Amino acid sequence: MTTLQAPPTDLAPVVISARIDDFAVPHGREEEWRFTPIGEIAGFFEPDPAAGAVIAEDSSFVTVVDMDHDNAGRWLPVDRAAAVARAGAPRVVRVRVPDDTVVEEPIVVTLSGEAARNHAHVEVRLGRHSKATVVVAHDLAVDVSGALVTEIGDGAHLTMLSVMDGPATSVQLWHWPVRVGRDATFIGSTVTIGGRIVRMLPSVTYDGPGGSATLLGAFLADGGQFIEHRILVEHVAPHCTSSVIYKGALEGAGTHTVWVGDVVVRRDAVGTDTYEMNRNLLLDDGARADSVPNLELETGDIASAGHASATGRFDDQQLFYLQSRGIPEKVARQLVVRGFFVDVLSRLGSAHWRDTVLARIAQRLGMDPELESSLEETA
Amino acid sequence: MSTLQITDLHASVLTDEGPREILRGVTLTVDSGSTHAVMGPNGSGKSTLAYVIAGHPKYVVTQGSVTLDGQDVLTMSVDERARAGLFLAMQYPVEVPGVSVSNFLRTSATAMRGEAPKLRTWVKEMKEAMAALQMDPKFAERNVNEGFSGGEKKRHEILQLALMKPKIAILDETDSGLDVDALRAVSEGFNAFREETGAGTLLITHYTRILQYIHPDHVHVFVDGRIVESGGPELAAVLESDGYERFVSAGSTAS
Ligand SMILES: Nc1ncnc2c1ncn2[C@@H]1O[C@H](COP(=O)(O)OP(=O)(O)O)[C@@H](O)[C@H]1O
Ligand SMILES: [Mg+2]
Repeated sequence: MTTLQAPPTDLAPVVISARIDDFAVPHGREEEWRFTPIGEIAGFFEPDPAAGAVIAEDSSFVTVVDMDHDNAGRWLPVDRAAAVARAGAPRVVRVRVPDDTVVEEPIVVTLSGEAARNHAHVEVRLGRHSKATVVVAHDLAVDVSGALVTEIGDGAHLTMLSVMDGPATSVQLWHWPVRVGRDATFIGSTVTIGGRIVRMLPSVTYDGPGGSATLLGAFLADGGQFIEHRILVEHVAPHCTSSVIYKGALEGAGTHTVWVGDVVVRRDAVGTDTYEMNRNLLLDDGARADSVPNLELETGDIASAGHASATGRFDDQQLFYLQSRGIPEKVARQLVVRGFFVDVLSRLGSAHWRDTVLARIAQRLGMDPELESSLEETA
Repeated sequence: MSTLQITDLHASVLTDEGPREILRGVTLTVDSGSTHAVMGPNGSGKSTLAYVIAGHPKYVVTQGSVTLDGQDVLTMSVDERARAGLFLAMQYPVEVPGVSVSNFLRTSATAMRGEAPKLRTWVKEMKEAMAALQMDPKFAERNVNEGFSGGEKKRHEILQLALMKPKIAILDETDSGLDVDALRAVSEGFNAFREETGAGTLLITHYTRILQYIHPDHVHVFVDGRIVESGGPELAAVLESDGYERFVSAGSTAS
């Protein structure tokens, strides 16, 4: 079941394998690790018998089962930490929605790690022509390395949200591989505002033509947090679309965020329509944001391809304008930060989550909850 | 009764090459109920005067004073100045992405009035003020100044003026770039505000056109960072027929 392959590209992973030893221990100069404070996560590169399982409460569509490595989804690890986690994860949190099923209420999966360090394997599988919303709330009280393996059946529609909200103390290393079925739709969002060291790596591939993937992200880092999002979209089928929009705000000395957006359009993926964008807002002079969009086209026969990346400071003109209308500086900043995030959050497909996240962002930035609720009320 | 008193005001703009003096001794008193037109050629420093009074961070005052009813304006923060009763309708209003007009206006009203206006009465108040300026109610859902036409921006400025009801209003080229319909709507909106509140006004303009709609009590010619001549409305007629030329040479000999 081990596969080794080297696709003809710089952007896709070179090694894909379930065997830990197929991956060297990273030294930190590799492209995919070059931003990460690797010394602080060394423990995740070796098997750890003391590591615990990540579980969730059973519910209508959610069960927790023992790991069966031969049936652990079609995804294989692409780095050593993922291989260690997959090999070491004792349990699988399984979210299954059968074919032709419309689930109205969001399926909320609240993860919980059993030990100080945990290996997680979460599988989300949506059957053909089904429709559901899945919210994965991560456990930020403990360290976790794992995968959120997602498969969307043909013609199905999955809205999914990964929420990392909690103390800024733990390490979170996650792969989020997504297979989008023929004519299927995926809206996958990451909200990352907790954790001390976070690596979230969504990757999308398509099982057939006509698939649509929208990847959205909002992240907020302060107090020396390291938050990294690496996105890989591999257009392997014709007439698929991808749209990647990530926005981050950061402040504080030593705070560091990384966004890498890799989009590969393979030779057969004619008619591809892809766009990726990352914008970062520096709230002070101490924080650092890296933003690297990469677009690789193996065919010119596409509908459209674009990318944009910008990192900017607080706009003094905006603050002046708002303040000149009597609005105190602190409130003006709150308005601007909220305004920065609101467009990406409005696309989550849920007003509830948009407002929840906006309120959490306001709270994290020490802003006024009363103002937040008055803004929601007016909006 | 309020008084904005500007005395011997000198100010510089902060540029990459260092500070550059723009205002070179402006003295002007604006009382409630009176409208002062300040007219001058491009680049003479009219907007700088407006920005300095409002407290824009790009400018530093090097000499002189600005008081509102005896209170030192220059030591106040930008928002304190607004809450003290100064309002600047900007020549180039700023886009604020993601902030809707309705959220912006209600937040501003909350700050200006010291408490959040009740939602129901607020919505009604905003609708009426917008209707008076012939603004589509949908306007409130758009983001502040984002993608607004020139006319929409200026109407939005006057809308704020109408809602915030300052003691002293400064209008910086509110007329520039407006077609006749927009100019009329904006002027009528302003005149209604002036009549209702009896506010004092500093009406900065490059053209005499707006003075057909908003009648000034005093006209000042502004050249090279200072007022070089003051008079009544008849001075505007002189500017209309003769232009600024005579005053520009007067300004440069004086400096
Ligand atoms: N932010 C700025 N940076 C550099 N120069 C400026 C800035 N703002 C204004 N100036 C200069 O100051 C002078 C006066 O400008 P301004 O006050 O805008 O004039 P007006 O409004 O009368 O056209 C001009 O020469 C202009 O180039
Ligand atoms: Mg000007």
